[in-house]
Amino acid sequence: MNKIAGVLLAAAGAVALGGIALHRQEPINALWIVTAAVCVYALGYRFYAAWVAARVLAVDPSRATPAERHDNGRDFVPTHRWIAFGHHFAAIAGPGPLVGPTLAAQFGYLPGTLWILVGAVLGGCVQDMTILLLSTRRDGRSLGQMARDELGPLGGFAALIGTLLIMILLIAVLGLVVVNAMKHSPWSTATVFATIPVAILVGLHLRRLRPGRILEASLIGVTLVLLAVLGGGWVDGQPLLRGLFDWSSLPLAGFVIGYGWIAAILPVWLLLAPRDYLSTFLKLGTVALLAVAIVMLHPQIRMPALTSFVDGHGPIFGGKIFPFVFITIACGAVSGFHALVASGTTPKLIASEADVRLIGYGSMMLESFVAIMAMIAATLLDPGVFFAINTGAGVVGAAPAAAVHTISSWGFPVTVEQMQTLAHEMGESTLFARTGGAPSLAVGMASIFGNTFGRGLLSVWYHFAIMFEAVFILSTLDAGTRVGRFMLQDLLGHVYAPLGRTSWYPSVLFSSTLIVAGWGYFLYVGVIDPNGGVNILWPLFGIANQMLAAIALSVATGILVKSGKTRYAAVTLVPLAWLAIVTTVAAWQKIVSADPRIGLLAAAHQLSAHLTAGTLPTQAAAVAPQLIFNQRLDAWLTGFFMAVLWLVILDMGRVCLRKLRGLPVAATSEAPYQAARLQPFALSGRLPQEGST
Amino acid sequence: MRRAVPRAIAQAVAATLAWLRAVSGDDAYERYLTHHARAHEGPPLDRRAFYEERELRKWSGVSRCC
Repeated sequence: MNKIAGVLLAAAGAVALGGIALHRQEPINALWIVTAAVCVYALGYRFYAAWVAARVLAVDPSRATPAERHDNGRDFVPTHRWIAFGHHFAAIAGPGPLVGPTLAAQFGYLPGTLWILVGAVLGGCVQDMTILLLSTRRDGRSLGQMARDELGPLGGFAALIGTLLIMILLIAVLGLVVVNAMKHSPWSTATVFATIPVAILVGLHLRRLRPGRILEASLIGVTLVLLAVLGGGWVDGQPLLRGLFDWSSLPLAGFVIGYGWIAAILPVWLLLAPRDYLSTFLKLGTVALLAVAIVMLHPQIRMPALTSFVDGHGPIFGGKIFPFVFITIACGAVSGFHALVASGTTPKLIASEADVRLIGYGSMMLESFVAIMAMIAATLLDPGVFFAINTGAGVVGAAPAAAVHTISSWGFPVTVEQMQTLAHEMGESTLFARTGGAPSLAVGMASIFGNTFGRGLLSVWYHFAIMFEAVFILSTLDAGTRVGRFMLQDLLGHVYAPLGRTSWYPSVLFSSTLIVAGWGYFLYVGVIDPNGGVNILWPLFGIANQMLAAIALSVATGILVKSGKTRYAAVTLVPLAWLAIVTTVAAWQKIVSADPRIGLLAAAHQLSAHLTAGTLPTQAAAVAPQLIFNQRLDAWLTGFFMAVLWLVILDMGRVCLRKLRGLPVAATSEAPYQAARLQPFALSGRLPQEGST
Repeated sequence: MRRAVPRAIAQAVAATLAWLRAVSGDDAYERYLTHHARAHEGPPLDRRAFYEERELRKWSGVSRCC
């Protein structure tokens, strides 16, 4: 009875809050959004996730997991569910859910918020939990292996190519976000630079001084990077030093590319691993702090529920609310990338199948909540300020007076003085056209933290937020380049066997260079693009990420049908259908739309017409040929993603049809049942009573 | 009753610390030693070798996301 009452309350709360959010004309308080989110998650977890786990996935706690069967004390280790939850959340939570909602806030707070909630509860969380269980049942096989085993070689190949390309796009766009946050900001640049020697110090500590003492090394590192934030402020105050760190975006992009290459070829213990410890601690700490601060401050949301930009002429990126809100917010609602983590590393930690609901569904709920907080941080800003920060100079003009005039004419009043005061408070020379989402999120976070914990430190909070984002963006960049390198070596090994040896140094150099050149190219073009580059790269990344989600959901649907659960196939088929529609429509528009703000080919056509007519200013004319080439390349890439997506869906359809007609299909790759002997164990890590090897 | 509250706090702190150590991998070596003593013969890896092997394994697959 208690449970029913609680559940009714949650339902009533969610419905009431949804109604308030939909009908209010006046600004609403962020607390309503937080409450609505918590209610939706509670309902999703209590009912839908429980039903999917029990009925659709037939989670069986009596079945031994690979962690128990192959327990080797190293990668296969039965782990308490809350610890596995922490590992899994740290692995899936990246900068994606911070950037996407910030960009999508141009449509108003409502569309993005609803998609984050509905997409997560019915799509993303289900995908993560399903792939986690399927991989757990298959000894922790990767998504690509499962696609190959269960669908066929085509599915496996599609997953591999999709992952490689998405990695390149992800790194490029995140690199662009960091570059835009650091350009002409000596404080940010000095702070971000300082995190590199700090990471190396932590690495040396962990390897030479006190091997494996991760907690103490991380605490030292976190203290040092916090000092680096203050040190950056000091540098900013010294005229001579200030000049040393005042860089424009092109040399910064060169620095990021060089950094990525060096990080990829150095041993992991020196830079990659210690940086990741720092970023994980900062991530968990900042997310917790932000949640506390939002509840304590409960700020008003100043962005309207819907803006006029839903019709497609938005300044941050072009395109109507459908399908582009669903492309822009991938991480936080549905992220195909999670399927890579949920197959592979995490399944080897699962102590009991009963834990997949908490670890798979629950971690994604928390990730989705991070996206909600990013949405709040973006929409509590004055809309005029939000657009002034996030709109590229190519759209509103490079001169502040022109920019505020244009933005005010959209109905979002803002003045040059207001922007100057804000920039001064944040310790920056200007905040105009700082595209990419990180600076506006940092302003939002600084005002939340500043108003909760003391306004005097606004500039410190701002640069703390920039450092926090940069640290884990650079972590993703290191780790992504490395994973990309392994995949490329795997592919190249088929061409020339020695290239496939992951430890052969010439192969390491060669393949790392290729991967860095791949993302470095997109980063370079993004930097020279007067519209900021993010407007092209982010939708492309979104399409790629949703395509990967569709591949994962195809694998899941195929397995459900093959295992005789056709009547429950809608659980994965409905999100799959939605993603297929959304990505296909978005890709179609990106390729064929006649509006140069949306269509890549139309933009290339328009730019080349201007170039031929000689109407471009000298500077723009110099980079135009590269932009034109890039827009055409992006159009081809988008078309390629769609081809891969539909091939996998058709392949899945073929397998399902054969099964339904009673024709033979590839045998299931599920490991045979073995009874679990593990006893549930305590958080303190008491080891299993009857463990076996 | 009077002693129950401090004890509960101490337990909560200990549990949080244990969680942090486990999540960060700080106690991975101790867990490995326990496992080794139970299931294997011969000398276990030393702390540094174990740490290096663990890092290499961790970073050869997709362990970070967007």
